[in-house]
Amino acid sequence: MNFRLNEDQQQLQGTIAKILAADRMQPRTRAVIDGKQSWDKETWQELIDFGLTGIVVPEENGGMGMSLIELALCAEELGRSAAAVPFLGHALATIAIVEGGSDAQKAKYLPGLASGEVLASVALTEGNDTWAPEDWQMKPEGGTISGHKRNVPHGAFAQLLVVGLAGGALGVVEVASGGVSCETFEPLDLTRPICSIDFDHAKVDLLENGPAAAVRTWDAALALLSADAYGGAWKITEMARDYVQVREAFGAKLGDFQAIKHQMANIVVEVEPTRGLYWFAAYSFAKMPEKATHAASLAKAQTSEVYDKVARMCTELHGGIGFTWEFDAHIWLKRAIFDLAWGGRPQRLFIRAAAQTDW
Amino acid sequence: MDLSYSQENEEYRAKLQAFLQENWPLPESLGDLEARKEEFRRRATAAGYMMRAIPKEYGGSEQPLDFLKGEIIREEIKKHGAPTEVVHIGTGRVVPVLLAHGTPEQKAKWIPGTVSREFMWSQGYSEPNAGSDLASLKTRAELVGDKWIINGQKIWSSRAHKDPYMVLLVRTEPEDVAPRHKGISYMLVDLRQPGVEIRPIKQISGEPEFNEVFFTNAEAPADAIVGGRGNGWNVSRMLLRFERAAFSGINWADSLIARAVKTARSTIRNGRPAIEDPSLRADLARLQARAMAMRYSAYRDMSMEAVGEPSGDYMLMQKLYLTEFLLKLDDITRDLLADDLMMLRPGEGGDGLKGNAKWVDATLQSLKIRIAGGSSNIQRNIIGERVLGLPRDQVGVNARKNQEAAQ
Repeated sequence: MNFRLNEDQQQLQGTIAKILAADRMQPRTRAVIDGKQSWDKETWQELIDFGLTGIVVPEENGGMGMSLIELALCAEELGRSAAAVPFLGHALATIAIVEGGSDAQKAKYLPGLASGEVLASVALTEGNDTWAPEDWQMKPEGGTISGHKRNVPHGAFAQLLVVGLAGGALGVVEVASGGVSCETFEPLDLTRPICSIDFDHAKVDLLENGPAAAVRTWDAALALLSADAYGGAWKITEMARDYVQVREAFGAKLGDFQAIKHQMANIVVEVEPTRGLYWFAAYSFAKMPEKATHAASLAKAQTSEVYDKVARMCTELHGGIGFTWEFDAHIWLKRAIFDLAWGGRPQRLFIRAAAQTDW
Repeated sequence: MDLSYSQENEEYRAKLQAFLQENWPLPESLGDLEARKEEFRRRATAAGYMMRAIPKEYGGSEQPLDFLKGEIIREEIKKHGAPTEVVHIGTGRVVPVLLAHGTPEQKAKWIPGTVSREFMWSQGYSEPNAGSDLASLKTRAELVGDKWIINGQKIWSSRAHKDPYMVLLVRTEPEDVAPRHKGISYMLVDLRQPGVEIRPIKQISGEPEFNEVFFTNAEAPADAIVGGRGNGWNVSRMLLRFERAAFSGINWADSLIARAVKTARSTIRNGRPAIEDPSLRADLARLQARAMAMRYSAYRDMSMEAVGEPSGDYMLMQKLYLTEFLLKLDDITRDLLADDLMMLRPGEGGDGLKGNAKWVDATLQSLKIRIAGGSSNIQRNIIGERVLGLPRDQVGVNARKNQEAAQ
C-alpha cells in the first residue's frame, strides 16, 4: 500500500523531463509561436523515439502496455515545457481505440499509432459546450459520416481521426480515404492549434465497444489535461518567482516586498496540492474505474481553474513585460485557458462530479 | 502506486469487524460508560487499531505506516458506533517530539502516561507580546541548583485550566544569543504548583477555551528540557509527519462537506431542497476537490517519507490550504443559514437554531484557525521563504535592528 512513484515511473518522468528541458524547448516553441513553423516536429520525433506514443498501447499491438499513470506523468512534463506537439489528440485517439476497439481494430490501428508513423487526433464536440458523449449528434449512415466537428487539436495534421457519434459511439476515419476537410483559424493557444473538420460521406469504422470507450476517453482527457495544468502552473509560478528576485523597484527587489511574497505564497499553495488530484485521477482511471469519472472531473475542473488563476497572477507580477509577445509568459497563460476550456468548462465538470456522489 | 483494498486488507477489515463485535459494547459490569470506553480503547490499542505510530514499549501499538488500514479502522469504528481514538496535544504533538528528541529516560517517563491520558497537555508558546513573532518570547527559566526557576507569562494556552502538564517554550540562554531563537528551550512543566496562576480568557464564541498562565518562580526539574538547551525552536517546529496529525485535518474537511450536504438537503430554497441547486452542487464539489487534493498529496508525502525519499514541501502548505478550504465552506454555509446566522445558541422554542447552531460556531471557529498555530500571514512568510526561496522580510529585521541600536 503506497502512493508514490516506483523506480520505473521516476525514471520515465526524469527521462522525458530531460528531452523537454527548458533550454532545448524554448527556441523550438518560440519558432511555433512566431509562426516560423506550424508545430514542433523535431521534439515530437524525439518523443516518438523515447516511446511516448506507445506508452498506453498493449504490448501485442506494438506498445509498452503501461497505464494512464505513466502517460499523465509525461503530460505533466509536456505542460511544464509547453511543447508544441500533437500529444493530446494523438493520446486520446490511441486511448479510444485501446478502450473501444475489437481485437481486429486494435491490430489494424494501434501499431501505427504506437510507432508514431500515423498521427491521430479526436473529433468530439460539435457545438459549444458539447463535450459529453450524450451531446454528440453525428450519425453514421451506410458506413459513412457527414457533419461538422469542432476544436480538433492538431486536426489539420492528423492522418487518422477518432470521431464521437450519436449515442456515445466512436468511429475511426482515415483522412486519406477522402470526405474530410479542415477549416483552420488563429487559435489562442498556438502550441495546440485547434481546427474544425467537415465530414462529407467519409468512410467510418465504428469501434466495437464505442459507448463505454467514449466515457473512458473523456475521463482520460480530463486526467491528462489536469496533469498538463499542474506542470504548466508550476512552470509559470517559477517564472514569476525568478522574476521577482531580479526585478528592482523603489530600490529593492520585488521579492523583498511582503505583498509580493504573500502573493507568491498564495499562488504556490493553490498549485502544489493539485498534484495529488491529478495523480489520483490517473490512478483511478487505471486501477479503480468506478471512481474515475468523479476523480477526473474534479481534477480537471480544479487544476485548470487554478492554472488559469495562477497564470493570470504570474503574468501580472511580471508587469508590462508580461503583456508583451516577446516574453514567454503568455505561452503558459494561453495553455491555461486551453486547459480550462477543452474537454469541458470547470463548472460543468464540478456538476458532473457532484452527480457521481450520493448528494 | 497501490491503493487497492487487497485481499490482505479485506481480511484485515473482517478481523477488525470481529474484534468490534466482540469488544463493543462492553458489559456494564466493567464500570460506567467512560470506564468502558477506556477499556475499549485499551483493547483496541493492544490489538493494533489505535496509537499505531507509537512504539509498543511506550504503550502504543507500533504498526507500520498504512493509511489504507487507517481508513479501514476509521470507517469500521464509525460504522460500529464504537469509541474513537482520542486526539489531543499529548499524542499529536508532545509524543512525536519526545520520540524524535527525548532521552530514553524522558521517553519512559512521559510517553506511556501521555498515551494513557494520565498526563494531559496544554501548549505554552505564545505570549502577550510574542504571537506571530514567537522568537521574541520573554518568559525565562534560570537553572538554580538542580531546578529551573521560571518567570513570565504565556497566553492562548488551550485547556491549561483542565490539563495539568504544559509544553513550554522558554528562554534559557543569555539575552544576547543570536539569532534570538537559539536561546529558546522546549520544556515540560507540571502546572500544579504554587508559582503558577491560570486565568481563563473568554473568547468571541463565549467559551473560555483559552487561558493566560502566569509563572512566578515556578519550578521544573533539571531534566525538563527536551532536545537540548537552546534547541527548543527546532524541536517545536518539527514537522509532524504522524499519520494522525496529517489526516485529522483532512478527515475533518471530509466530515464538514458531509455536514454541509446534510444542511443543504434540509434547507429549502425556492420551494426545493437547496442541494438540488446546480451552482451549490458545483461549489460543494469544489470543496471536495480541495479535500481530495489534500488527501492524495498527504498520501504521496507519507509514502515517500516512509522510504526515505524527499517529498517536497506539501506539508508546509497544508495548514494554509485547509484554512482557505474553511473560508470557502463558510461562504456556502453562511448562505444556507441565512437569518439563523444571527443566533449564537440554539433556543428552546420553535425559533431555535436546531441543527444550524454548529455552523454559527464553525463560522467563528474558522477564524480561530486562521489566527492560531501560526497565522495565515505567517504561513505565507514561511511558504514564500522556505518553498520559493524568496528573501526574508526586511521590514521586521530592520525594525528590530533600529530598536536595538536605539537601546
